[in-house]
Amino acid sequence: MPTTVIKGGRVIDASGERVADVVVDEDGRIAAVGEDLSADRTIDAAGCVVAPGFVDLHTHLREPGQEEAETVETGARAAALGGYTCILAMPNTIPAIDHGGIVREVLELGRAAPCDVHTSAAITVGRAGEQLAPLAEMAALGVRFFTDDGAGVADARLMRRALEYAQSIQVGGRGVVLAQHCEDPVLSAGGHMHEGEWSSRLGIPGQPAEAEELMVMRDIALARLTGARVHFQHLSTARSVQMVREAKAAGIPVSCEATTHHVTLTHAECASYDPVFKVNPPLRTDADVAAVRAGLADGTIDCIATDHAPHTQEAKEAPFDQAPPGMLGLETALALMLTELDLPLAEVLALLSWRPAAILGVDDEHGAVAEGRPANVVVIDLEREWTVEPSALASRSRNTPYAGRRLRGKVRHTLLHGEPVVLDEEPQR
Amino acid sequence: MQHLLSIQDLDRAGIEQLLDLTDRFVEVSQRQIPKVPALRGKNVVWLFYEDSTRTRLSFEQAAKRLSADTMTFSVGSSSVKKGESLRDTVLTIEAMGVDAVVVRHASSGVPWQIARWLEDRVSVVNAGDGWHEHPTQALLDCYTIREHRGSLEGQRIAIVGDVKHSRVARSDVLAFTALGAEVTLVAPPTLLPPNLDGWPVRVSHDLDAVVGDVDVVYLLRMQRERMTEHLVPTLREYTARYGLTMRRAERLRDDALVMHPGPMNRGVEISAEVADLPRSVIIDQVRNGVAVRMAVLYLLLGSGVERVLGPEPAPDAVLALEPEGASR
Repeated sequence: MPTTVIKGGRVIDASGERVADVVVDEDGRIAAVGEDLSADRTIDAAGCVVAPGFVDLHTHLREPGQEEAETVETGARAAALGGYTCILAMPNTIPAIDHGGIVREVLELGRAAPCDVHTSAAITVGRAGEQLAPLAEMAALGVRFFTDDGAGVADARLMRRALEYAQSIQVGGRGVVLAQHCEDPVLSAGGHMHEGEWSSRLGIPGQPAEAEELMVMRDIALARLTGARVHFQHLSTARSVQMVREAKAAGIPVSCEATTHHVTLTHAECASYDPVFKVNPPLRTDADVAAVRAGLADGTIDCIATDHAPHTQEAKEAPFDQAPPGMLGLETALALMLTELDLPLAEVLALLSWRPAAILGVDDEHGAVAEGRPANVVVIDLEREWTVEPSALASRSRNTPYAGRRLRGKVRHTLLHGEPVVLDEEPQR
Repeated sequence: MQHLLSIQDLDRAGIEQLLDLTDRFVEVSQRQIPKVPALRGKNVVWLFYEDSTRTRLSFEQAAKRLSADTMTFSVGSSSVKKGESLRDTVLTIEAMGVDAVVVRHASSGVPWQIARWLEDRVSVVNAGDGWHEHPTQALLDCYTIREHRGSLEGQRIAIVGDVKHSRVARSDVLAFTALGAEVTLVAPPTLLPPNLDGWPVRVSHDLDAVVGDVDVVYLLRMQRERMTEHLVPTLREYTARYGLTMRRAERLRDDALVMHPGPMNRGVEISAEVADLPRSVIIDQVRNGVAVRMAVLYLLLGSGVERVLGPEPAPDAVLALEPEGASR
């Protein structure tokens, strides 16, 4: 590999900000960060921000089983265009990622992808919530993150055992993470949007915020009971955020993520009856959006995750109550954070990059622009304005809820282990 | 008006104009040959994804009296069973050449989706979507109350029963209150929408406290499956608390009306004797339904609508309501 210099950008990571050139060596590692550096190849970053590549803890890649909606390849390309150098596949594929064979298959598919593809795996066999999946077998293949995402583990005793058992498992000298999609399935049953003012008016069966909150409450209790860490996925309600805030203050080992759609959209969008706005957890109220934003601002929420959930056009053209939940996120997350939220730039980058990298335990590979580290780097043009055009997305699906929205800030280049996978907004593979 | 999807497509003046137009079609319906050529050459399709006998027959009768051609898309025997999507079905029907699609679907919002796919090339009439709306039912209800009372202004109307799952109730609340009526929803909390913010209604859980003070009691159909959803313990208990029994009906004001969208569960939400009282105008509702739907189809598909509804010239001069063949 030729050496590369990323020239003239503002370098920002957890250690601070400086205007510097970044040189990448033949092995794809950062050789130097400094002034007036040169190399075989120059990548222009003048006027741009150079940051560590982003890490998404919540990506539905749909392979195996629903390749018509997304594949590891297309999802990873969308990720690279969105500035991600590491994504975590969710296990609700068909069949579920619940044993070593499928873990191996997904990791194999990810090897040639334009970003690092990690996979999570199910906590229970078939994500059915009845029997513990072989966690250690999958951890031995590199799985660091377990979740039944798409559903929560409803059985409190089973979740307790999973938390206890997982404490005996390590990957690369670190413990694994058990994560929860919080939803009491009995209380939420039959609900297709947030239960409230809009569901009542629209005549769409709703699921109450309490369906999420009951499981957050329970799992905080289980984290206290077992001493094991629980990571809460896609928190969406004001009380969920408050419970996590209080749990952290009490020293209970919890972490959590929020999605970009839960801080930019509300349940009022469902008035169009367009299933592109159907997602789970559902879009909530203005007060919930404000509370999740406050949680991002005060550090209660550790990171932004996309919950990128591709669905085919035909699936999203069904009646609202028959369409599957989920929306795209990888290619719009950064611009939404920059355009719609009032957070300092370094905080946005922390939420997208080094904090999720630490939660997943990949912070030795991602999350810093520093000598000796792999060159997983994104170059961002903060001033670039663009309009979300579904047909221009790299994802195989088109179900973005932001079609036509004007956003500011775009990824210009992405380097994965030193190799440019996106150059001037164009995918290189 | 391009579509009739919701009562909110009409403001108060729009509803009143439609009811005024309905008067003309009531008159047509009373003729010896109750048929006019107003919609000759227009093609209306019934797209009923959910069983409906009375609404479909009522629309069918309305269309025939206006001399429109009709086609029925029957889900049970169609390509839907072979997996055709809603969108493909709609675009296929459009390609055959239709002027209006009248839709009934068990899922809320489907008429909106259809209107979006058709991009306003074809008129869409909502004949009932999920729990959401049933605008022509609300219009015929308004017409029936107006027929008996002259106006809805200040009328106190109790809508009793399963409001939560009722498209009739949602449309009725919008229409009744738009016309100045005071609406009280009467039901146990389990049968009310979970959130009533912004609804211009009062709520009561006690029919006995309400029944003596209202001008109209509007009963909703109570379905058996609500028991398995833990919404009421038994139909018997529901009837005891919320059914319009003869004993309760005796406490109604002398001129109070009893209404029901049908089909009735006699002995559940309404007792058989009450249904047959003179104050029960349930049959009038059905009769008026045809004329209201004539007015809706005429407004959407007829020519010169603006002239008809404008202040001048006088409606009779332009509304082509001659008996069929009379002008030739």
